[in-house]
Amino acid sequence: MASDRILFDYLLRLADSDLVLAQRLGEWVGHGPALEEDIALTNIGLDLLGQARLWFAHAGEVEARFTGTGRSEDALAFSRDSGEFRNLLLVEQPNGSYADTMARQFCFDVWHGLLLAGLAGSRDARIAEIAAKAQKEVAYHVERSADWVIRLGDGTVESHARMQAAIDDLWMYTGEMFEMDDTDRALADEQIGCDLSALAQPWRDAVDAVLTEATLSVPKTAFMQRGGRRGAHTEHLGHMLATMQWLPRSHPGAVW
Amino acid sequence: MVAALASGSRLVSPSAGTMQRDAAVWRTLARVPDPEIPVLSIVDLGIVRGVEWQGDELVVTVTPTYSGCPATELIMSDIGRALASAGFGRHRLEIRLSPAWTTDWIAADAQARLADYGIAPPGAKTAATTRPIDATALFRRDKGPSVPCPRCGSSHTRELSRFGSTPCKAQYRCDTCLEPFDYFKPH
Repeated sequence: MASDRILFDYLLRLADSDLVLAQRLGEWVGHGPALEEDIALTNIGLDLLGQARLWFAHAGEVEARFTGTGRSEDALAFSRDSGEFRNLLLVEQPNGSYADTMARQFCFDVWHGLLLAGLAGSRDARIAEIAAKAQKEVAYHVERSADWVIRLGDGTVESHARMQAAIDDLWMYTGEMFEMDDTDRALADEQIGCDLSALAQPWRDAVDAVLTEATLSVPKTAFMQRGGRRGAHTEHLGHMLATMQWLPRSHPGAVW
Repeated sequence: MVAALASGSRLVSPSAGTMQRDAAVWRTLARVPDPEIPVLSIVDLGIVRGVEWQGDELVVTVTPTYSGCPATELIMSDIGRALASAGFGRHRLEIRLSPAWTTDWIAADAQARLADYGIAPPGAKTAATTRPIDATALFRRDKGPSVPCPRCGSSHTRELSRFGSTPCKAQYRCDTCLEPFDYFKPH
């Protein structure tokens, strides 16, 4: 049976990708291109933050089983350094233009929806119920980000060029979403985790269909960057965490 | 409605006294408004899933709406305050995630009150939201049946934004009376 340590690591991966993307979306507060977009991005960020909290809380419970004291949601979010974060490289990439933000969101949302559909059948009852709840929220996210990829891709010459560049730039960060390491295999074997490699084809089918509708081309790049899920991050994560973690680290125990 | 919802709690052969006591709890909870949509109580919203006594401790089970809804913590403290001031003594709130909250749990009379308040109600859920990703649905231009304007009843309305003032609502505009309105999204 997979150990609780492995399960803990797996839950951190789920939590960290949600948390990091939520923080990135939060950076748009007050900077959205229109009020409606500002509100939409922050609401999606809130959904992801809420989901991250559920994963962190479960991770803390699992951690308590092998250390005696599980860390709190806040301790896991604010007191780990970048090398201890297990999020996907994709979600830590900077916001860039609206095309960059929406391309990143779309690539993640499609994967996220597929992943949660898989995890909703997990034999870990807590994972299954969190996934089932989150999946309902993500169904909205993916419709919206797909819509933006199409609007910008099939928009003006300028918006098309920007969306194509955004997809091209981010493409190399999409490969690790489907990689299986020992942790993934151990948990997939026990039907606690999800077989990520099985998500690759449905993800690609959905992405191809949307890019075609958006008059965009699928990048030919074969090289894929990896490492996020074992703590090897791009330089962007550390800067993001510095902003996110500064307050609780400078003023431990501060309350609102 | 109170009786129907109360039947969801795990009561074993309730005596008349217990039933009265439970009904009093439900009446108290039905007076706790949703902080964002005060025309609905938390019972109308369908988030109170059960009322149970464990010895002399009252356990109220709540299923939150959206994972990141900022009102959740306020709602929990409002429930605690209401129970305390109604004199129910020792009580505890439990959060239950499964089955996930759905707008189908908003009762018909509450849906009517939402419309009177100016928020288009969710109605019965038409699309299953827990479905695998379907590529063709991602760029479906037809987003389902139109949402009637809660002010003039016109069906000539359009979505301005998928998200409104709270995570559970979308922003719409009526092309007939030209008024904007909120739509409580089916979830």
